[in-house]
Amino acid sequence: MNVLLDYLPEFREGFIGTVLLTLASGVLAMVLGVLIAGFRVSPVPPLRLFGTAWVTLFRNTPLTLLFLIVWFVIPPLFGLSISPWTKALLALGCYTSAFVCEAVRSGINTVPLGQAEAARSIGMTFSQTLRMIILPQATRTVLPPLSSIFIALTKNSAIAGAFSVAELFGVQKLLSDKGYAAGLIFVWVALGYLIITFAISGLFRLLERRMGVAR
Amino acid sequence: MSGSSVLYDAPGPKAQVRNWIYTIVGSLVVLGLIAFTLYRMNVTGQLKPEVWNIFNNAGVRANIRDGVLTTLKVFAVAGVLSLLLGLLLAVARLSEHKPVSWFATGFIELFRAIPLLITIYALWVLFLTYKDSLGTIGENAAFWALVIGLTVYNGCVQAEVIRAGINAVPRGQVEAAYALGLRKSQVMTMLLLPQAVRAMLPTMISQLVVTLKDTSLGYIITYSELLFAARTMANNIIVNGENPITAVVIVVGAIYIAMCLALSGLANWIERRGRRTPKGVAVAPAAEPIVEMSEIQQTLSRNTGNGTNNGV
Repeated sequence: MNVLLDYLPEFREGFIGTVLLTLASGVLAMVLGVLIAGFRVSPVPPLRLFGTAWVTLFRNTPLTLLFLIVWFVIPPLFGLSISPWTKALLALGCYTSAFVCEAVRSGINTVPLGQAEAARSIGMTFSQTLRMIILPQATRTVLPPLSSIFIALTKNSAIAGAFSVAELFGVQKLLSDKGYAAGLIFVWVALGYLIITFAISGLFRLLERRMGVAR
Repeated sequence: MSGSSVLYDAPGPKAQVRNWIYTIVGSLVVLGLIAFTLYRMNVTGQLKPEVWNIFNNAGVRANIRDGVLTTLKVFAVAGVLSLLLGLLLAVARLSEHKPVSWFATGFIELFRAIPLLITIYALWVLFLTYKDSLGTIGENAAFWALVIGLTVYNGCVQAEVIRAGINAVPRGQVEAAYALGLRKSQVMTMLLLPQAVRAMLPTMISQLVVTLKDTSLGYIITYSELLFAARTMANNIIVNGENPITAVVIVVGAIYIAMCLALSGLANWIERRGRRTPKGVAVAPAAEPIVEMSEIQQTLSRNTGNGTNNGV
């Protein structure tokens, strides 16, 4: 208990850091993931190829390697100076986007072909079909995997702490270095992550219930 | 694309012209990105032959080989142990003795929710603290922290996967086995587990891909697996006045991608083979089991429903 109280500012900063990093990279992953999913189902071959390459590369590369690349390879290569927080955002966002893309793509594929055909046969335009028929149904199947992906993202954000971005794992590292008992810090840091992941799964359960219509 | 997509019909003449324009513009953009990256690599001197010449050095190659071997060693030990722990936890969670089942459920939920890096780091600090009284583990603290961390986390995921497989076995089979006079342990070992493992093999191997990728967390606790070896090496070599980290990262990245692709290729192959055999429980897809339990079961029942595989 004392460790938590004595270092409350550090714990609070780490907790907020994890939440912010997860939120920001979650948004980036959603935008990129939906875009790449659009590429992968488009009728344009080079874009499909680009989408496939993106997903294959990011899904099969360890996240730690991505962090290394963003930290030590990208800045000198393109002559950029990026803040550590933005670097972590880039690595986490791009990595997670590959998983979001696959979830969205399989969500679109689960909508039966007949639904879109029926929509077209009653004279709906492409955008009407997409907006009113396909996306609402795809969203429902995509929600459970998306929830797992965002929980995984929260857990992955711990790696950012190892690359000295202010974050919950950073707190554990700091206090371990100061010689506090590993077990006690572990409990508090783990509790911080549990709060965030439970919040995410609760939020998605709420969304699922609101969108849940018997098919 | 087999021509039938939900999103669009077969294109007419206008749409074909439009698609051609998109194709050309898309190709130009993708090629432009590649060209720009190569241009920047050239400007910053990453394409010079000296930089790539380091891989002709026997010492560099030996370093990379040792890194790969260390990574594979961690992966092999952690992979086997996590499968064993997964079996144990799955059986324990389905146990009729409430305390056993509660303990397994709590263990699985807890360690699935905590970031793997946190577990590994805590173990590492713990092992280093009690180094002297731990014997063999103390001498190799980083290795065991990495292996035990990976085992605990992936064991929990594998347990959930195996449990989904056990639950997918038709109820009638268990009843028939009890009617024949088999004991509870016999039903589990002779009937449920073999079918569950067979059905879930693709998903289990996909989780092993995750285990392989996560061995790279050893970098953070300074254990000399492939990534750490590569970084140390890049820091120690100086070519044209700078560290060849770009070249080393490209080579190491290619090795990781090749290893992961080989493993997921195996998972896909087993899935296709499983689809061909017309008996037993439906084979689950070779997707990473990051999904919730209900999701895996839905997929399993959908597979059976589609008639791709006739359930008994």
